[in-house]
Amino acid sequence: MVGIVGYGTYVPRMRVKVDEIARVWGKEGARISKGLGINEKAVASFDEDSCSFAVEASRVALKSCGADPKGIGAVFVGSESKPYAVKPTATMVAEAIGATPEMTAADFEFACKAGTAGVQACMGMVSSGMVKYGLAVGSDTAQGRPNDALEYSAGGGAAALIIGKEGTVADIDATYSFTTDTPDFWRRQHAEFPRHAGRFTAEPAYFKHVLSGAKGLLAKTGTKPEDYDFAVFHQPNGKFPLRAATMLGFEETKAMQGLITPFIGNTYSAAAMIGLCSVLDVAKPGQRILVVSYGSGAGSDAFKITVKEGIEAKRPKVAVLNAIEDKEYVDYAGYVKHRRKIKSL
Amino acid sequence: MKNATPLIWRNSAARYNLAGNHCETCGKDYFPERVVCPTCRRRGKLSAKQMPTDGKIYSFTHVHAAPAGFEHETPYYIAIVELENGVHLLTQLVDSPAEKVKIGTNVKMCFRRIFEDGKEGLIAYGFKFKVV
Ligand SMILES: [Zn+2]
Repeated sequence: MVGIVGYGTYVPRMRVKVDEIARVWGKEGARISKGLGINEKAVASFDEDSCSFAVEASRVALKSCGADPKGIGAVFVGSESKPYAVKPTATMVAEAIGATPEMTAADFEFACKAGTAGVQACMGMVSSGMVKYGLAVGSDTAQGRPNDALEYSAGGGAAALIIGKEGTVADIDATYSFTTDTPDFWRRQHAEFPRHAGRFTAEPAYFKHVLSGAKGLLAKTGTKPEDYDFAVFHQPNGKFPLRAATMLGFEETKAMQGLITPFIGNTYSAAAMIGLCSVLDVAKPGQRILVVSYGSGAGSDAFKITVKEGIEAKRPKVAVLNAIEDKEYVDYAGYVKHRRKIKSL
Repeated sequence: MKNATPLIWRNSAARYNLAGNHCETCGKDYFPERVVCPTCRRRGKLSAKQMPTDGKIYSFTHVHAAPAGFEHETPYYIAIVELENGVHLLTQLVDSPAEKVKIGTNVKMCFRRIFEDGKEGLIAYGFKFKVV
């Protein structure tokens, strides 16, 4: 059965605290932190972007599972913070991991769910026998506009999943998507920062699609929340995924292992995928995982995943929750310098 | 820098993956790759080889006055890294706290932006190293 052959993540080392951002704008940091369920966010340094993140995560995935990069027939990179408007990130990633030239590659864009859209494309190509392995990456860097609500939560990171049929560490039993035309969040061509529909980003956008995606998958597979050991949801903040879990009838505890946003902020295309990787770090063979991504615009991809025997040997050396402990704090000035938000840079 | 496209394009294999070469006659590895083996000359037989991605700091310096294009990154570390196969290469050190940057410290390769060819030109990516 088609599934995950290997996985890897990358989170940049620099952190800025929500408190520090609030200090600059004269807001109450503790209240914002509590409201968002986020303490600090991970930010790229001067010489990092969604491409370098994607390469790092993909190299971890390949190294830990030992798959031959020449077996990767498709590389799809999902991001909303591409270094080039025209020129694929996927070709740079493919070259850097040694998968070129007999393969196909493309960049995907669907706000925060472009990475899981890539997973689905890989599943189709692997199932049909078009490719042996497909590599799907979700990677983003913070794009929050200074003094916008998103500035407190917009983090950065990447996750890479190698999809294949043989030697899977977890099988993807089923997937289900729920998609509508919903204008909750967007960025126009040449605009530097995204815009959003404020309070309308919750009920008619995130919750409608995440809940519909999860319910659709449960109905399609004839499963109930009790049948799952872990639940991972897209996590624009630390609160939404827990509320979604409760609304669906999952105990909050099942969502904790995959809830990483409180420590690194919203990593957009990578968010649900990093959460899944953190679950794969600890899940035992036979355990079941529900994953639901969400992308503004809007849609959700839901996956039913079963962990397989042999996963222990193919896990990355450092678990997600340990990797993010290696960090260095910067103040707001350091953060705007590194993120090139000073106009003359 | 203006129109660095050929420079970026030609160096990408070496910069992305430490692609060097190996002399089958004397067994020495080279990075960057050599056209002829300086030891064996005509008797040398060179083949492509990827360098190991782990090594240690052989020497380093802290740069405060940077060349054009790197002014905003100061201060930063430049190091000569000795790879596991004995090859030396010059590289920038990143994500490395000052107290750990010492001769002999173990480092590993990472993937970063090296420079960009102006606001509209290509972005050069490639290896840098960080302390383990
Ligand atoms: Zn020789």
